[in-house]
Amino acid sequence: MSSRESKAEHIRRIMATEGAAVGENTRGFNQGRYESVAKLEDYEELKDEARAIKEDAIERLPELVEEVRAVVEENGGTVYLAEDAADANRYIREVCDAQDATRLVKSKSMTSEELEVNEALESGGIEVIETDLGEWVLQVAEEAPSHIVAPAIHKSREEIARLFNEYFDPEEELETAQELTEFAREHLGELIEGADVGMTGANFVTADSGTIALVTSEGNARKCVTVPETQIAVAGVEKIVPSVEELRPFIELIGRSGTGQDITSYISLFTPPVDSPTVDFDRPEEPIAGGDTAGDREFHLVLIDNGRMAMREDDDLRETLYCIRCSACANTCANFQSVGGHAFGGETYSGGIATGWEAGVHGLDSAGEFNDLCTGCSRCVPACPVQIDIPWINTVVRDRLNSGEDVPLEVLVEGLTPDAETEGPGLQKRLFGNVETLAKLGSAFAPLSNWAANSRPASAVLERVAGVAGERNLPAFQRTTLRDWMDQREAVPALDPDRKVVLYPDLYTNYMFVDRGKAAVRTLEALGVEVLVPAAPGSGRAPLSQGMISTARRQAEGVADALDPYLEEGYDVVVIEPSDLAMFRDDYSRLLPEREAELFAEHSYELLEYVYGLLSNGANVEVLDTTSGEETVAYHSHCQQRTLGLEPYSVEVLTECGYTVTTSDVECCGMAGSFGYKEQYYDLAMDVGSRLEAQLREADADHVVASGTSCTDQIGDLLGQEPRHVVELVAPPEET
Amino acid sequence: MTQDTPTTTYEQFASVASEYGIEPRRVEPNGVAEAVTEMLDPPAVGTQLPWEDATLPDGVTTEPTPADLRAATTGVTAASLAIAEYGSIVLDADEDGSDSVSLFNDLHVAVLHEDDIVPDMATAFEQFGERLRETRESAIIATGPSATADMGALVNGAHGPKQVEVIVVS
Repeated sequence: MSSRESKAEHIRRIMATEGAAVGENTRGFNQGRYESVAKLEDYEELKDEARAIKEDAIERLPELVEEVRAVVEENGGTVYLAEDAADANRYIREVCDAQDATRLVKSKSMTSEELEVNEALESGGIEVIETDLGEWVLQVAEEAPSHIVAPAIHKSREEIARLFNEYFDPEEELETAQELTEFAREHLGELIEGADVGMTGANFVTADSGTIALVTSEGNARKCVTVPETQIAVAGVEKIVPSVEELRPFIELIGRSGTGQDITSYISLFTPPVDSPTVDFDRPEEPIAGGDTAGDREFHLVLIDNGRMAMREDDDLRETLYCIRCSACANTCANFQSVGGHAFGGETYSGGIATGWEAGVHGLDSAGEFNDLCTGCSRCVPACPVQIDIPWINTVVRDRLNSGEDVPLEVLVEGLTPDAETEGPGLQKRLFGNVETLAKLGSAFAPLSNWAANSRPASAVLERVAGVAGERNLPAFQRTTLRDWMDQREAVPALDPDRKVVLYPDLYTNYMFVDRGKAAVRTLEALGVEVLVPAAPGSGRAPLSQGMISTARRQAEGVADALDPYLEEGYDVVVIEPSDLAMFRDDYSRLLPEREAELFAEHSYELLEYVYGLLSNGANVEVLDTTSGEETVAYHSHCQQRTLGLEPYSVEVLTECGYTVTTSDVECCGMAGSFGYKEQYYDLAMDVGSRLEAQLREADADHVVASGTSCTDQIGDLLGQEPRHVVELVAPPEET
Repeated sequence: MTQDTPTTTYEQFASVASEYGIEPRRVEPNGVAEAVTEMLDPPAVGTQLPWEDATLPDGVTTEPTPADLRAATTGVTAASLAIAEYGSIVLDADEDGSDSVSLFNDLHVAVLHEDDIVPDMATAFEQFGERLRETRESAIIATGPSATADMGALVNGAHGPKQVEVIVVS
């Protein structure tokens, strides 16, 4: 079996066994996030503030580590800065041994998962008990977390009941969530009573007071801190914030962003060693307060480096350290919703940001296991409370992974991959990354190339050699490109000399979906705008999505060369394909010189955004193809278009044209550029798409429209009928 | 045009807390003991309240032992602060064992002074900053009962109380 086939098989198995539970829970969290952050008047300001605090803290980290050390020691605790997992585990083991500890109780900590401290302690004869209910379920089941906040999210109530009934053989069979919770509370409560050491993680550590902030709901962390005499907190060095006051934005954002709770049940601000008397159940009749154990508490803060200080020096991975582990990026991710962390995760971490964590703490190989599952759809970006560009981290890591891959030089595709990659991404990535060359050739030889590409033998070769899913119909190339058409017709004089635009001939519009390009031109001209369609290369989106950053940069520079003269003359750039617009508005800031990138960001518009602007400035909607108000539209906006906040413009224009519009609310169609074309991800892409299909069918509208090429391809495959682009519905009819 | 009803900080606190199943009861200081008696489910343990005229009733065992704690159904403690916009109360982890008393039992009755309700998180954290730097104490922002969704559905009372009641001294 090829590695693509085994990957496809793994994904299918996880979807079949865990997909339902993961999907229900993550979509619930995601919906909760939307509702909860909507209640915050200052949501954006809080995110800005949180981001600024993290930038500052990571910038000053060495100094803050020393501040923490000083203040914790002043409080009566000890700080140990562990270089790596082995170092941390050795220290923790020594602390336990010094107490003759036989049992350690833990509250949930992903950092302790990273260390694999349980195994290290158990091999030394210390019993380790996970007291977070989800973690405990996994400890009993001997499984790994599938989600960084809700670790047992992949298990249904029925599965947990079966597990407990078999493992514990209780007198009465457990069935309901209430019964399972009560059983766990009793059982774990007794284990906590007899524990020698309590271990917690830390969501935040304050450098001014030595306070450990723990964000929890169950109350087990409080018990783990209060009951035993010795407390150990493990925390990545990046958890330090300068002051108590600076906790505030994080406390307001973390629960909302993660599980969609305005706030979790307990935000514990422990300044250890805590003042609370220990609860010694071996001396049940001695009052808790004033006992002789009160002053004997021991506290050890184990700060973990394990690659973090190197991440701090890495311009692309540094942002990962701002992560507060809220899980928003996982919950909002369409692929994650289908598979969860057992497919979309590495050794410890899962979800979009996991690529950064895994690359930083466990190495590139661990990140490479799942990095492809980030399609760059960007829906996690507005969800992240610290504004991390998670798709960029995935792209960079993909690029680094590509550098280590061999390139098979198949005769069939030689010449199709004229990229700028000095070291090789695999053939599949190069094929999709170099789609521009393919498009040019395909158009030149159309319709022959279309019959060939979709013929059975060709389809089989594409699948075997490059991993293009045989189930997919490849888009048809057009012999007459949009640019050819523009050249051949008579120019239409502009009504308003100040309104002049360059319509960017993206690859899909220019070579394949020429009709939507013509519709765009007719629409803009009808609204009084001069339209030019100059020659310009691909935006760089295709290679960027495959982690081919140097090729993307070369293309971006080509686009800049082609369009700069127009921008200098005051032309606006109108873009049909949202993924290309996202390049112009966002990604170019990473690929082009600052001034150049700003020019593109300021003067580029999504087509319907531009149309909306024209209508708002007095253009007459009646020149478009309007309807009298009976017709309905089901509209699916493109993921990157939604991240840019541009969905409302399409809806508005459709509404002004007289349509009643229903919109989908899935995060992504599943195709996400070339992702859904890849053989190993076809099933996943269709699973993601199935939710969109359900919504579109439910809407039962007269017209289905979408904004992105990959969305229209995917919807075509889902519904058996290709939807149109929004502009094709509203454009004035072609003159005959 | 609709007119917004002027809302006091107390009213806002009570309104948000009710989303977590908490219906605060406002009493005079000398009414605290009676209110606690009405609310508790015996046996009850507690830690002393910090206000002169507000006392705990006889039915509440103060200075509890681990055995008392284990046997009790109700824990009664003071709350040092409340945050109106979140419906949260702030519990102390003090030398009297308030943290354990507020955590171990099925019902937690918290007694709060109306003057200690602050409007928002920002105000609360200004206070925490000064206090934690100065005293190196601990504080727990508690919102509603202990809860978990780890067993396949939302259940109140994971490791902590299933229910929380709040008495506001005015």
